[in-house]
Amino acid sequence: MAETIVPVSHEPPAEATHLRHHFATEEQQMDASTLGMWTFLITEVLFFGGMFAGYAVYRNLYPAAFASSSQYMNVVLGGTNTAVLICSSLTMALAVRAAQLSKQRDLILFLILTMIFGTIFLVIKGFEYHDKWVEGLVPGLHWGSYPEAPQFAHNAQILFFLYFCMTGMHALHMIIGLGLLSFLLIQAYRRVFHANYFAPVEMIGLYWHFVDIVWIFLFPLLYLIGHRR
Amino acid sequence: MSMHVPIPKVSTLVGVWAALIVLTGTTSAVSYVELGEWNIVVALLIAFMKASLVVWVFMAIRHSTTLTRLFCIAGLLWLGIMIVITFGDYSTRNWTYQAQPWSHTKAVGGSH
Repeated sequence: MAETIVPVSHEPPAEATHLRHHFATEEQQMDASTLGMWTFLITEVLFFGGMFAGYAVYRNLYPAAFASSSQYMNVVLGGTNTAVLICSSLTMALAVRAAQLSKQRDLILFLILTMIFGTIFLVIKGFEYHDKWVEGLVPGLHWGSYPEAPQFAHNAQILFFLYFCMTGMHALHMIIGLGLLSFLLIQAYRRVFHANYFAPVEMIGLYWHFVDIVWIFLFPLLYLIGHRR
Repeated sequence: MSMHVPIPKVSTLVGVWAALIVLTGTTSAVSYVELGEWNIVVALLIAFMKASLVVWVFMAIRHSTTLTRLFCIAGLLWLGIMIVITFGDYSTRNWTYQAQPWSHTKAVGGSH
């Protein structure tokens, strides 16, 4: 077996720096990170799942009151936000790909794009919340007479309560995601990530896609069902 | 020693993005059609299709280890347990149940 002569360097080889001593290989380390992230995401599934179950129970108990609420939902804004989040998921996936290929400029570009889409989503959400406040659809704080269906003025409050809980928790996850992305962006500017070390980009990517999936279910349940008439 | 990770093609990622946008358009359009009870079924079916696409490609479950896939399925299973038991409770709360004397229960017991 022929040996190649390598120039002596005082720096540790780049490949080895990120491999923790308790893992045998980079692949094993990556599998462990991925499994850990998925375990966390499962707890998140059950966290949001509790609210989805609550929504389903109350929708079954008060179907007419829930149906009456959908005419207050802005399908255009909700649909736009769905598209914005799908775009942000694409740019996030492309950011992970850029990191895997050591393309530093692409990584920075796609991280910034993802953050822009995330911010657009939150701004649109803010406008929607503002509309809800003006229309007196905030239970407990600013609840009006519910003019479109006054007979449901009492029972419809539970739907708007769930609406603010679910979209508010989702928005909070988006804000946390934007914080994580800015952390990634700083690291990317420092050229921390490359083909042998991109686990943080991939893990935060998993989180970002999960938040997208939550919205994929929120959009039809809150905005679409029963909005005809 | 470099990592042997399968790197997704740009065309695959863009294809999934396009499919997600089309499905969003479809679910929005279908919601304007009166289908009665089927509206919610179609809406949830499309949402599951979209979520599966995201999980399969964007979240790279297609390249992950069997253990990770198992964890992913376990998450769905626990979610299912939570929803089924919750509805088991709420859907049976109105069942009228007449308490009977023990002897009487035994007497009618054979006929149910």
